[in-house]
Amino acid sequence: MDLNRRITRNWILPKLMATKQLYSLTALFSTPDEIIHAAGETAAAGYAKFDVHTPYPVHGLDRAMRLKPSRVGIFALIFGFLGTVSAVGLMTWVALVDYPLVIGGKPFWSWPAFVPIAFEVTVLLASVLSVVAMIVIYFKFPNNSHPLHETPYMKAVSSDRYGLSIQADDVKFDERKVRDFLQEVGGKEIAPVYFDPEVGARLFDPKFLGILLATALVVSAGTYLTLNKALYTVPFDWMMEQRKLKAQKASDLFKNGIGMRTPVEGTVARGFLPYPYRGKPEDAARNLVNPLLPTADVIQRGKVRYLTFCSPCHGNFARGDSRLRGQFPNPPTLHTDKVRNWPDGAIYHVISEGQNVMPSYAAQIARDDRWAIVHYLRVLQRAQNAQESDLK
Amino acid sequence: MSPPVPPGQSWKRQLPVSVARIGWILLVSGIILCAGAYLADPRRSAFNNIVLYLFLASVAGGSIFLVALEYVAGAVWSVPLRRVNEFLSALAPVVPLLAIPVLFNLHDVFHWTQPGAVAADQLLIEKQPYLNIPFFVVRFLIVSLLWGLFAMLFTRNSVKQDVSRDQNLTRRNTRLGAIFMPLFAVSVTVLAIDWAMSIEPHWYSTIFGVYFFSGTVLAGVATATLIVVLLHEGGYLPPLRPDHLYSLGALLFAFVNFWAYIAFSQFLLIWYANLPEETFWFMKRWSHGWQYVSVLLIVTQFAVPYFALLAQDAKMNPKRLKLMAIWILAAHFLDVYWLVMPSFDGGVPVSWIEFSYPVLGVGLVIVVLASRMNKYNLVPVGDPKLERGLSFHL
Repeated sequence: MDLNRRITRNWILPKLMATKQLYSLTALFSTPDEIIHAAGETAAAGYAKFDVHTPYPVHGLDRAMRLKPSRVGIFALIFGFLGTVSAVGLMTWVALVDYPLVIGGKPFWSWPAFVPIAFEVTVLLASVLSVVAMIVIYFKFPNNSHPLHETPYMKAVSSDRYGLSIQADDVKFDERKVRDFLQEVGGKEIAPVYFDPEVGARLFDPKFLGILLATALVVSAGTYLTLNKALYTVPFDWMMEQRKLKAQKASDLFKNGIGMRTPVEGTVARGFLPYPYRGKPEDAARNLVNPLLPTADVIQRGKVRYLTFCSPCHGNFARGDSRLRGQFPNPPTLHTDKVRNWPDGAIYHVISEGQNVMPSYAAQIARDDRWAIVHYLRVLQRAQNAQESDLK
Repeated sequence: MSPPVPPGQSWKRQLPVSVARIGWILLVSGIILCAGAYLADPRRSAFNNIVLYLFLASVAGGSIFLVALEYVAGAVWSVPLRRVNEFLSALAPVVPLLAIPVLFNLHDVFHWTQPGAVAADQLLIEKQPYLNIPFFVVRFLIVSLLWGLFAMLFTRNSVKQDVSRDQNLTRRNTRLGAIFMPLFAVSVTVLAIDWAMSIEPHWYSTIFGVYFFSGTVLAGVATATLIVVLLHEGGYLPPLRPDHLYSLGALLFAFVNFWAYIAFSQFLLIWYANLPEETFWFMKRWSHGWQYVSVLLIVTQFAVPYFALLAQDAKMNPKRLKLMAIWILAAHFLDVYWLVMPSFDGGVPVSWIEFSYPVLGVGLVIVVLASRMNKYNLVPVGDPKLERGLSFHL
């Protein structure tokens, strides 16, 4: 009743009359059985452009309306599959190609750990992209309004009524006949709905933009506060704030106020052996033997390490002609008879201990890498002093 | 629309004598076979006995749970079908009798009952306050009495309503349901820990109770679905809408997924942490032929029903539902077998003994159902929600 009165009132206003067009005739029903019956009758009567609105999904409507099977399922399936493939693909690429890490002694491609993530991404993409597709396809984005919006009809069908709307652009549409038809199938509160064809997408409607902005603000503020503040308050920081000393933190437990302790005398780090020839180059030259065989791999490794650590001073070919020449006391060429006749141990000793201005490289270059460099240096020396017999 | 069940009318439908007779034949031959099994190989028989006990306990417990759930949730759609669950919950007082032979053979199954084994094992000494025979029996009695009591109370109030049409009985059952829910959560966990987990007393999994619960409800829903569809096809029930079948199918589908979710959660955490005291349980199920059973379990209790029930139409198709309900019940039996039997001798035991117990189980369900149907209305004719339940729309 109220609805009719309101529309009549609008109808009377001549200014509105000029721009408004009939969109559809709507009717309200009280039970799901009635709406299913009415939808079936409407389809049987030959109307094609009609729609049904219910407060919740009523099963059986699709069939009564003679709709083709919904494409939502196919879309969701494709998007979900996309999610599965991209999640598994990303994890596979990271775990096998980009950053292989041994975790808990498990194989790199540990598929059980992928299952929860693949599942979540599947659900995420299936749902989010389906909604996006719906907005684009059904709502014809950027259109974000509909003639039925903000009508008493829409308010009724989103609370406790079931609505049927037959559109005016249907070929069979005739206002009188449709009104009678709706009455015949038991519709109540039959009312026309008008729309203004000149009002297009209301994307820049201040109300719409305002709500969008407010949502963005609330969500980002919430995210910011959660990630930057809430997670650092009690009790969420219990794992971070433990009663233990961290490296390089002060502590009043010890006399000198330093939390970090010096290892006791004679401590040997794992994987390292103390170097017994400290300050004894002759002993090193006499006793040390290169433990590596000069295989292609070893020489390649030596080349890489040599170019990284040695070449800045000694030059790419050990001629002592690097770009740093002139800025320091000049590094010597390594192709002198003296160095060529040194045993491997003597070269190794110089790399480990340093000599003259050259510092020790023991901290930067691992033991085996130092020996590999020695092999590579031998290759360079041989290349500089090639003999006729090398060509054979 | 006139109500399909006029008020005050009774709706007593009896199973054909032939069906009841088949039930009795199966039950009696099952008892004879199982007694023979105990004579032939008491240890193996005790293991199988536990499988059957856990299986039928889950059917009974799942049925009581569904009745309680209907009342607590105020569900309408399931009212016309509730009697099936109530009849099945009558298994609750009977099924514990099946476990009694095991109580006399505890040493064969539970090595925490052997004083020698406990004395040599620090972990078992620590667990002794819980894992000891008297307390085990007490817990068994409490869980059995609790389930039996609630099954009886729900059914008693419900059938009283058939005559009195007193709405307060619905309210009373709702209150009972609310009391039963937390008790059920604890008791089903105790049942699972005592009868399945403690077979490997060194092993523990905190999600095990939920795992067993998921199978329990699945078994309850599957049994109810099977019987409802059979009765529906035989014309025993007032006309049901596809919506009712759809809801049963949806519940089946939901709990198939729930089971898979919980089962995978249990596996994932143990696999990830990789602690030897936890992984050995799965290692046992991944060697000596059990790996095939494990894969079969995933396929039968998850993969096949998942795809078979995924489509909307499949959930309304009585034939599909019937097939899937039987399939899922078989899968749940395999699930319990998978929980219990790897501790028997390491291998996958298959012999006539393994097939004797299901005979007894099927017979027992038919006999109990037939006796209930003889006694009570098949539809809760006095329930105030019956009419709405029959015209239920999704």
